[in-house]
Amino acid sequence: MTGPRRKGIRFSRLYSFSCFKSSFRDQHGQIGQKGYSRVVYCNDPDNPDQLVLRYCSNYVSTTKYNAFNFIPKSLFEQFRRVANIYFLVVACVSFSPLAPYTASSILAPLIAVIGATMAKEAVEDWRRRKQDIEANNRKVQVYDRNHNFQDTRWKKLRVGDLVKVYKDEYFPADLLLLSSSYEDGICYVETTNLDGETNLKVKHALDVTASLQEENSFQQFKAVIKCEDPNDDLYTFVGTLYYDGQQYALSLQQLLLRDSKLRNTEYVYGVVVFTGHETKVMQNATDPPSKRSKIERKMDKIIYLLFSMLILVSFVGSFFFGITTKNDIVDGKLKRWYLRPDDTTVFYDPKRSALAAFFHFLTGLMLYGYLIPISLYVSIEIVKVLQSIFINQDQDMYYEEMDKPAHARTSNLNEELGQVDTVLSDKTGTLTCNSMDFVKCSIAGVAYGRGMTEVERALAKRKGDVSDSGITSSDIQRSSDNSVASGKSIKGFNFSDERIMNGQWVNEPHADMIQKFFRVLALCHTAIPEVNQETGEITYEAESPDEAAFVIAARELGFEFFERTQTSISLHELDHTSDRKIDRSYTLLHILEFSSARKRMSVIVKNADNQLLLLCKGADSVMFERLSEDVPDFVSTTMDHIKRYAEAGLRTLVVAYRELSEEEFKSWEEEFLEAQTSVSADRDALVDAAADKIERDLILLGATAVEDKLQRGVPECIDKLANAGIKVWVITGDKMETAINIGYACSLLREDMQQIVITLDSPEINDLEKKGDKEAVARASSASITNQIKEGKRQLSSSEGSSVSCGLIIDGKSLSFALNKNLENSFLDLAINCASVICCRSTPKQKALVTRLVKKGTGRTTLAIGDGANDVGMLQEADIGVGISGVEGMQAAMSSDFAIAQFRFLERLLLVHGHWCYRRIALMICYFFYKNIAFGFTLFWYETHASFSGQPAYNDWYMSFYNVFFTSLPVIALGVFDQDVSARLCLKYPMLYQEGVHDILFSWPRILGWMLNGVLSSMIIFFFTTSSVIHQAFRQDGQVLDFEVLGVMMYTCVVWTVNCQMAISINYFTWIQHFFIWGSIAFWYAFLVMYGAISPIISTTAYQVLVEACAPSPFYWLATLLIVVSTLLPYFMYRAFQTEFNPMIHDVIQRLRLESPEEEEASVELFFQQKERIGSVKDKLREEETLLSK
Amino acid sequence: MPSGDGSTKPSAKTSKKPQYSRFTQQELPACKPILTPGLVMAAFLILGLTFIPIGLSHLSASDNVVQLIDRYDEACIPAGNSNPEEAHGKRVSYIQDDKTDKTCTRTLTVPKKMKQPIFVYYQLDEFYQNHRRYVRSRNDQQYRSAGAERKTANCDPEAEVNGNPIVPCGLIAWSLFNDTYSLSRNDVALPINKKGIAWESDKTSRFGADVYPKNFQTRSPIGGGKLNEKIPLNQQEDLLVWMRTATLPSFRKLYGRIETDLEENEKIKVVIQNNYNTYTFSGKKKLVISTTTWIGGKNEFLGKVYVTVGGICLLTAITYIIFYLVRRGN
Repeated sequence: MTGPRRKGIRFSRLYSFSCFKSSFRDQHGQIGQKGYSRVVYCNDPDNPDQLVLRYCSNYVSTTKYNAFNFIPKSLFEQFRRVANIYFLVVACVSFSPLAPYTASSILAPLIAVIGATMAKEAVEDWRRRKQDIEANNRKVQVYDRNHNFQDTRWKKLRVGDLVKVYKDEYFPADLLLLSSSYEDGICYVETTNLDGETNLKVKHALDVTASLQEENSFQQFKAVIKCEDPNDDLYTFVGTLYYDGQQYALSLQQLLLRDSKLRNTEYVYGVVVFTGHETKVMQNATDPPSKRSKIERKMDKIIYLLFSMLILVSFVGSFFFGITTKNDIVDGKLKRWYLRPDDTTVFYDPKRSALAAFFHFLTGLMLYGYLIPISLYVSIEIVKVLQSIFINQDQDMYYEEMDKPAHARTSNLNEELGQVDTVLSDKTGTLTCNSMDFVKCSIAGVAYGRGMTEVERALAKRKGDVSDSGITSSDIQRSSDNSVASGKSIKGFNFSDERIMNGQWVNEPHADMIQKFFRVLALCHTAIPEVNQETGEITYEAESPDEAAFVIAARELGFEFFERTQTSISLHELDHTSDRKIDRSYTLLHILEFSSARKRMSVIVKNADNQLLLLCKGADSVMFERLSEDVPDFVSTTMDHIKRYAEAGLRTLVVAYRELSEEEFKSWEEEFLEAQTSVSADRDALVDAAADKIERDLILLGATAVEDKLQRGVPECIDKLANAGIKVWVITGDKMETAINIGYACSLLREDMQQIVITLDSPEINDLEKKGDKEAVARASSASITNQIKEGKRQLSSSEGSSVSCGLIIDGKSLSFALNKNLENSFLDLAINCASVICCRSTPKQKALVTRLVKKGTGRTTLAIGDGANDVGMLQEADIGVGISGVEGMQAAMSSDFAIAQFRFLERLLLVHGHWCYRRIALMICYFFYKNIAFGFTLFWYETHASFSGQPAYNDWYMSFYNVFFTSLPVIALGVFDQDVSARLCLKYPMLYQEGVHDILFSWPRILGWMLNGVLSSMIIFFFTTSSVIHQAFRQDGQVLDFEVLGVMMYTCVVWTVNCQMAISINYFTWIQHFFIWGSIAFWYAFLVMYGAISPIISTTAYQVLVEACAPSPFYWLATLLIVVSTLLPYFMYRAFQTEFNPMIHDVIQRLRLESPEEEEASVELFFQQKERIGSVKDKLREEETLLSK
Repeated sequence: MPSGDGSTKPSAKTSKKPQYSRFTQQELPACKPILTPGLVMAAFLILGLTFIPIGLSHLSASDNVVQLIDRYDEACIPAGNSNPEEAHGKRVSYIQDDKTDKTCTRTLTVPKKMKQPIFVYYQLDEFYQNHRRYVRSRNDQQYRSAGAERKTANCDPEAEVNGNPIVPCGLIAWSLFNDTYSLSRNDVALPINKKGIAWESDKTSRFGADVYPKNFQTRSPIGGGKLNEKIPLNQQEDLLVWMRTATLPSFRKLYGRIETDLEENEKIKVVIQNNYNTYTFSGKKKLVISTTTWIGGKNEFLGKVYVTVGGICLLTAITYIIFYLVRRGN
């Protein structure tokens, strides 16, 4: 189990920044050696040297099977299940005389069951195949021998082919970029299909090839590429281009990956380097770790239990058979002469009775095989697929705005949704929209922006001050008025301040600062503008929503960024002296990119006046220390503003600039370029150091604040989840203040809660850190965390008894210590006793570690929900991963088990679908075992009356159709359609969800209870039937009951009983349930009539049995009625008393539904009384659990 | 959302919005019965009140059946007052001796007036006709058509004699019951009609009209009765009855019908040819003479259980009401 899990974590690292950096090592020296042996003859795929290398074709197949291996391979898959192997062995042995029934009667259901599963596999695989065919037959232009570009199918592509790809087309293979429609050989690429990132990436062609822009320039083009072998690393590429007698180093910058898309570029030319399954994306295609639900794992245990029961029963049978067989000849005298024990086969030979008993044991294993439900697996699979269709089809989980319905990507975990104990949630993009709105800014010490954030509103509400709230509401009123007044809301911009909007800023005291401030926002970014040809409106493709918000804010305030080339950025600017719009172009000299280590980005530009400017924006923690010595007087005000913004749940950035002198820039540029072109392992460090040298002595302009709005319905959803007893943990990368305030806003933390804060942000530790003694820091930190955890526990125990609940807040640094082996358990102990937990400043890896800790530590079901690539590890680690298919691409959704568009849908997914699916599957499995035990044991009881000879009481075909026709459809209907209470009530009474969390419906007592009920049913059916007919005539014409009739009678009772048992176990009947339940019973009679009409050679004991013998006898019908009622009576009585005097939660809610709505209040009161009772039930269950685990 | 590029806006044509239907939204009209106290009480009361009358009428029907049972396996053997072991040996050697005359006479008294038709049965105990080896030792194809006489699969060891097929083959036929009963009342023979005792489907379909016994019981050991080789199988009703194997080790089989009424206290003399060997496995043999009603023969079990279950239901209803009222009272 740990294997694939670990792999999952590694996979997630791939997307984190560190990986990107570390893998970028200089490996050019290794070309031609092991692992770097690929040779591509560009534009010369027919070169004999190329052909001899036999690289694979570009044909891609993602199917699991093909026409030839489908049968063996899918069969192999099937028989990896223990139960199926058993049935296969039974089917093989059934051709020997050992079999108690004919071989065909055991083969038929096995084939039906295996066939159904294989058909399902085939359909799924066919869908994949159709996708493959579509992809393989897409057309791309390939340069042919006649020096023309010809449309060619993707699958015909060969290594070395020269291809031309147009705008918005996918790359057919991994290509080496030669040139593009741009002079300088750049192109923009969208990699959503690869890593889920929606921003465009820039690729550069080598300068030597960038000029190959004309079709005819390729006539003489010949080159050789030597590069690394195919591998799955999306972030490295090492190769050398041999062209015109020169060598050129190739990097990832020149590689265009299959399945990414060309954007904003008319066309590119490229050479095919990797084809088909050797492309990076195909090499990356690994199956996500498969997860199994708790119920299924428990089901395996039940199957083993049944197997042991089977062996025990067979052993008992063969033991007695051995004895009776041995006694058939005593002292050479025959006893039961009519069996001819003197002239017999080994199976009945009294002289070799031990051997006969052994063979009989095998017979018994086959006969009592009906204890094992053959159709269980396939039924569950069918049911789960149908359940997930219902999840996909739920209109209440469809997100109109993005046209996204919910999507169950796996059907394995439906019922697990009903057992979630802890939800671990990401914040950004999960609780919030991840659509950043520019709401406030502080420029030159003046705070602008009148809007109120949701967090502020929540805080105001929390304070509850009357006068405060008065202002608040008017504030809200005003802000909403504003947005109405402006006519349309602009995405990413929720700023209103009459002082600086509509060009009014020129009248402000610091107009020049304001101008510089917004100029930085308009220039310092990596966004790409897209001009709508019709309307002239400009939209932006930005790397992050924050960046887009800045560019938009700048646009709205009169600094409209409209064009970017490799070397320049152009703005429509409002001139603050002439008050007219003019176009200004800035020469872009360098971009010092953002990284999570640097926490800032800068651009160096030259403006029209030939002034060199360094424009910089970054996190406050790194920016303030880079400000120039002569600090302007508003620094401390700005800091105050930043603090206030953070408290209001806003993300802040500091904006600064610096003027550079020509000489300074020249000397720095030299150093920087040297660092950039260096070919050593520490290149990145050198580049960072170089950048660091120029990013200093900055002049502060101000700070920005963007709001990441909470998604609609998040606080209500979290409230519901809390009422349902689900613990919600938020794991975020945000600052502690932001996280706490978001916690309040989404009602995760409440005013009446006691906060336990664990942090390492104390003066002592900071001092130690400054000294740089890492070991001492670690020791002190560890000690501090230990103390804080102890303290937290003390608080917790003191608040026990009172109604105060606790919220735990821990930061990332502390978390790394708390997750150590020795502190892990006490931390977990503290955390699970808190009502809510917030981990801030945590890394993707910590997210996964926390998830694992909760999962392993509590043994309860965890659900992780997130939207970004950094959540992938957490999603794969958790029992259930739910991806928000939102803004940060599809990466999280692709590695999740369920994808939903909005956090609030989680409420419905868990409380409605989860609860229903859990209940359905739990009841379905219990019922499955019930029906098979009820049937299987009648066979055994009959054996006790047939000297254990292995003769079944029934006709072979009654038995083989038992699981397939007479009882299968109602149980599928149960699994797919049953509802204990309607969706509305599920949501109204979230307490109901506790049934799943505490596994009440699938607890061992309940499972064993159902099994016991099965045994009881079989006993009543068998002994009542046989006692009622032992000797006498059963018809007026004096006929006595024989072997044929008894079988039919007992079987009739079994069919009626198990189907009626279903009918009294559920309380939700649509026409489907009615049709299946009563239809199954009717089908039994229809089957009897039809089968009985066939020649007696085939129908043997069933010949005419119903029509001639049973139906005319009133005794038959009376006995059926009596036996069926008597069999159902114990369960019915139990249910009648239990619902009234010891109801479960769903019983209570069902009763509430019936009672008149006016009594709502009284009924709610009743409900809470029940709640206490349920609490005691839970305690009991817990005790049992611990007992069982021992 | 990096400021919208238009591609994600829903368009009417390609909207992925799930279609509404009551089915997909799981809102099909449904009946949701709940076990309310009223329903529970009603259910138990109705069950009780229907089951008790059914049971009583069943019991009264069973009461109307008159039946005579006479165990004769011990009485029809020369008495020996030696120890049980020895007695057993003697019985076995008696029954296995072909030459002894095994006639045995019994006198039965009719307890109540018996209306015709009166059914005559033989009852065997401890006879496992449901043993797997025994049940399978037959071949329906052979019994059905004359051309299939060589089909003797499953019939071993009673399949062939010196390479000639035995018709009917198999252990069941071979062990055919062969005690005979002749009844007389006041020294007037009481005819037993042996026609129409087999199932109609056996006579028409399972056994052929052109299949005649062959090589049957011609080889030692001889099992049970012999068959008239002139009469086709489907008219040998005794065989047909016997071939419908019993389901439990203790069973009755129809011997014939008496088509006159018998009066109360009439003495019936039965002459039994005690041929069939049940002594080796200590099985009992009984002669049963019985009338039937709409429920068949004498059968008190079903009626009693009906009454009991009905009673339990009433009792449960009362208990339930008491519990319910007690809780209400609190």
